[in-house]
Formats: sequence, C-alpha cells, structure tokens
Amino acid sequence: MAIDLRGKKVIAIGERDGVQGPAIAEAVQSAGAEVLLQITQCFV
Amino acid sequence: MDLEEQERIKQTVEANGGADDIVAILGSPDAESAGMFAETVSLGDPTYAGALAGVSLKLPVYHVTEPEIKAVVDPAVYAEQIEMMEIALDTDAIWKAVQGVRARAAG
Amino acid sequence: MSQVPVVQGVACVLAHVPGLVPLGSKPSRELAKDPALGEAVRGHLRDYRDAVAYGPNQAFIGNLRPQALFDAPQPWWQHPLAEAPRTGPFGEVLPEEEFWGLLKLADDFDLLHLDAAVAAGAAERLRRHPLLGDMDLAKLAGGVAPGAVAAGAAAPGHLALADARGRCVGYAVPGHEEDISQTPHILLENLAAKATGALALRHLLRQTGTAPDRIDYLLGCGEEAVGDRYQRGGGNLAKAMAELAGLPNAGGADVKAFCCAPVHALVLGGALIAAGVQEHAVVVGGGSLAKLGMKFRGALAHDMPILEDCLAAVAIQLGPDDGAGDPRLRLDVVGKHNVAIGGAPRPLYEALVLRPLQRAGLAIPDVDRYAVELHNGEIMEAGGSGNVARTNYRTIASLAVVSGQLPRDRVDAFEREHGMPGYAPTQGHIPAAVPYLAHAREEMRAGAIRRALFVAKGSLFLGKMTNLADGMSVLVEAAS
Repeated sequence: MAIDLRGKKVIAIGERDGVQGPAIAEAVQSAGAEVLLQITQCFV
Repeated sequence: MDLEEQERIKQTVEANGGADDIVAILGSPDAESAGMFAETVSLGDPTYAGALAGVSLKLPVYHVTEPEIKAVVDPAVYAEQIEMMEIALDTDAIWKAVQGVRARAAG
Repeated sequence: MSQVPVVQGVACVLAHVPGLVPLGSKPSRELAKDPALGEAVRGHLRDYRDAVAYGPNQAFIGNLRPQALFDAPQPWWQHPLAEAPRTGPFGEVLPEEEFWGLLKLADDFDLLHLDAAVAAGAAERLRRHPLLGDMDLAKLAGGVAPGAVAAGAAAPGHLALADARGRCVGYAVPGHEEDISQTPHILLENLAAKATGALALRHLLRQTGTAPDRIDYLLGCGEEAVGDRYQRGGGNLAKAMAELAGLPNAGGADVKAFCCAPVHALVLGGALIAAGVQEHAVVVGGGSLAKLGMKFRGALAHDMPILEDCLAAVAIQLGPDDGAGDPRLRLDVVGKHNVAIGGAPRPLYEALVLRPLQRAGLAIPDVDRYAVELHNGEIMEAGGSGNVARTNYRTIASLAVVSGQLPRDRVDAFEREHGMPGYAPTQGHIPAAVPYLAHAREEMRAGAIRRALFVAKGSLFLGKMTNLADGMSVLVEAAS
C-alpha cells in the first residue's frame, strides 16, 4: 500500500551497521517529511 | 530496544500531542531486530522491559528499504543514502518481519 | 617516507572472569532492579575448561584460524575442541584465580582489597607463570582476613567482588568521597583494562623477543575513562600499562575514538615510525569490564551459557622494516570517515574501502582478506543483534557490486572468500578488526595471503556529542 510522506513526521531509528539515523533522515526529508527524532543504535 | 531510546520515542510522541501523522522508519540490519523494533513502536515493547512495555503507540512502521518508502524518496538521495544496503541486507526477511508486525497492528 | 612500518608481533589475550559478569554494565543495572536474577546469571556461567575449549577463544589466541570456524560444528559453545591448550601463539586464557592477583598487582592505590587466601593462592600461581612470575608479588602478601573481608564488602560505598560461585573474594573502594568519576565500579573497570593490557604486553614481548627497554612509545586504544572529578577522561592508561609491564623507556598516550580507536592507533603508530619519531611503537587495548554479560538476557532466554565472560586485550608491536619478512602497513592506503559523509553508507564505504584501494591500483576483490567488526556471531545472534561481521562483509561486497567490481551473484560468497566468521569476544574496541592482524601476519609470512584490509567503525553518537559514526581503515601487505 502506497504511503505519502509529505507533511508526515518521522521517527528515524537507524543502526550503525545497517542504515544509520542520519541516512534515514536525509531520505525521508527528500520525500517531504519532517524528522522529529533521529536515533542510531549500536548493537555492538 | 534500548530503554532510553524507548523513553525518547515515547516523549517525542507525547510532545507531538499524539501519534497522528507520525511514521517510524527503521534502518535495522536484520529481520530479528527489525521485527522487534517494529513491534516496540507499534504494539508495545515485547520484552516488557522499557517505557513502551504495554504501551501501544500504534505508529505505522516501515523499514527504510521497503518499496513503499523507496517509491517516495528522491532517487538521487536514495542512491546515496540507502541503495547499497538493499543489496547487503536480507531485505526479504526484513520486509517479511516488518510487514508481519503491520498486519498484526492492523488486526 | 623514510621508514616503512612493519607489524613485528601481535598479542591477543583473554582473562576468563565469570565472577565479574554480574558487574558488567547491563547485568549490574538489571540485577539492581531485580536481584533475584543473580541466581539465574550464576547458573549460566561457564567454567574455565569450557571457556578455553571454546573454538572462537582458541582462534583468538591463535591455535586455529578464524576461517576454520566456518566449518566447525555449530553452535560452537556446544562443541568444545578436544585440543584446547591454555596458551597459543598470540597469548593465553588466564583463569580467574590468577586474574584477581594480576588485578591487585595493577593497583597502586589500595583500591582493591582481596581476601588473604585468594591473594595467597593467586600469588602462588602467578609465581609459576612464565611471563608474570617476576612481578612484584609481595603486593599480594597480606590481604584481608575472611571475617573482615565480608564486612568490607558489605560496607556502604564499597563494591563487593565475588567469584563465579558467588563467594566473596574481596571488595573495591571509592577513589575519593566526592568523586563520581572514581566510584569503585569505574576504578575496577580501569584496573581490569590496565591488568589485561599489561598481560598482552608481556605476551607481545615474548613473541617478538624485543627487549623491554627498546619499546619507545605506547598508544592506548581502549574505551575506559581514566581520570578524576576535574579531568574525567584524562587518560594515558597506556603509560600505566607500560609501567606495570616493565617498559622503562616507553612514553605514550591514549587514542580515543570509541571502537574505532585501535585502527586509528595503528595508523598513528605507523606514522610515528615512518617519520622516524619513534623506533618501536606499540598499540595496546585492554579489556572491557563494562561489556561483560552485555547480552546476558539473550543467553538466559536461549538457556545457553553467558559467553561474554572474558576480558580481551590486544597489543601490536610496530617497528621499522628490518628485512625480517614482517608485513608492512601501507600508510598510502588509509581510509577515514570525514564529517561531510554523514551517515550515508555508500560514501562511507567508498572512503574506507574503494578509494584507498583505487589509489593503490587495486579493486575490492584484489584484497585477500577483510577484517571488519569481528564480534562473535553466536553471541550477537543470541542477543538479537544480528551477525555484524556478516553484515559488514555483505556491505563491502555490495559496494563492489555498485562499483562494477563484483557480479551481484557473488555477494553471498564474499564472506567466505574474503572474510571470516566473527570470532572475537564482544569487548567493544577489541573485536574492531585488529585481532585478525595476528593471523594475517602469520599468513603473510607463510606466503598464504598477500593483502588484508582492516576496516573499523566507531559509534561516536553514543557519547551524545554528535550523531556521526566514525570509520578508519588501513591496508596491510606481505613483505615483497
């Protein structure tokens, strides 16, 4: 099901060796979303 | 999910006046952590350890590599920030895990 | 460049410390909330014999190649090796009874009070240790009488120490009444790093045969914080390790970069030698008390032993190329993570892998082995954290694909062809690429491989001063 991120607010939960928080933030911002919170987890 | 991260997420949602218009996007490297995190931000912390234990935020949750997200991200930005990890990660397993949580949250 | 820096030796040591597992960061916080967990934790500790016979630990000290673990029956913890000596080419597995003694030897401020019998037992065993017998064992005479030790352990502000069975072995005291950066827990963490670092240094000198007075400079690369209320991260634990290990002509400093520090330190150490500033530089990282039992919940849930029961330390000796056949640090093939890269994976790996190799006229598949985050996959997966070594190998392979250097259908095989299973204890900075340098050096001297790229990452964002991660890489190449 399609999702429209324009005008949406995103909580970005990244992981250092997966996709990091800042990368998710850049991606969703380009889709028109606002980033409310950005986290990068470290599993190690 | 780290207890302190759960608290931060909870506070962010509360400060927003609720979950309307908020979407959670994950960058987890594998299916197990993706499923666990997806569940934590939608149905509640399945380990019953953190601020989101028993708290269903009901946030729609996607993995950043899912087709629905890729479809709306600027292609140049996607190529730089995400694309390589589509190949590296076991996306079939990750998508299945996150889709499964969405299905349960909807039901 | 006036001198080519070479890797003259690498020590990798373990101290098996099941009694300290409850004092790891995660267990201690969880046990404070739910003391009843203590029994479950103690019921899932491994004994020394099992820790020594554990495949990944034998690989860590050099008795088998990590690649051999691909085909070893799994789970590894259920298949102890029949041939499993305490020592190996790179180091040893020190038992807990001796570790208490080494910890006390590292203590110059009476921060640690050991039960007299425990201290005497440790002294007796250390006296017979080929590398530690010459230390100042008189420090272990004395110790606290049994009645007094229980009282001391229970006193407010003191930290009780127990062995794997829960029997009191002593206690640690605060460094200063008003100093939150010198709680007994923090001081114990620093002592544990110092003690294991010194053990690694002793093994390193045994391996290289270099006289202790020839070591000029140490670069510490651990994640502990040594300081006081005015300078919480003052550091230079390297110097303290040098003193304990008996290196009279060594100066040093600590390199702080979270888990990326060892590879930063390797490059910095190499640069000191290349520039002729130092002749013999040693990179040393001590073990992490804080990381013990980090994923203990996963172990309990799977009813398996808590495998995070060892402190791990690494020491690397660098020197000028003396034609002895040691592998070279290619300081012209170094990658770093720049601020502008942010969190983007492709630019990050291009900076750490693709472009440094390109400068040397190499493509990604030209490197025989990549050493990445080598955290034991069995521990990671039991903790629900995914196999980080595998993810890293797949990421490098994916970069090769998008760069036109590898067909997409070779991504799955890349881990085996150019990598290894994660096998190092999950001790933070220790598993970040460098343990494999010990194996790489042997393989290169034997002509088995030519090139290995060491790629480490660091989680700077955990310190809440930046959202950035970190990365550093360097190529090591066999002598021509």
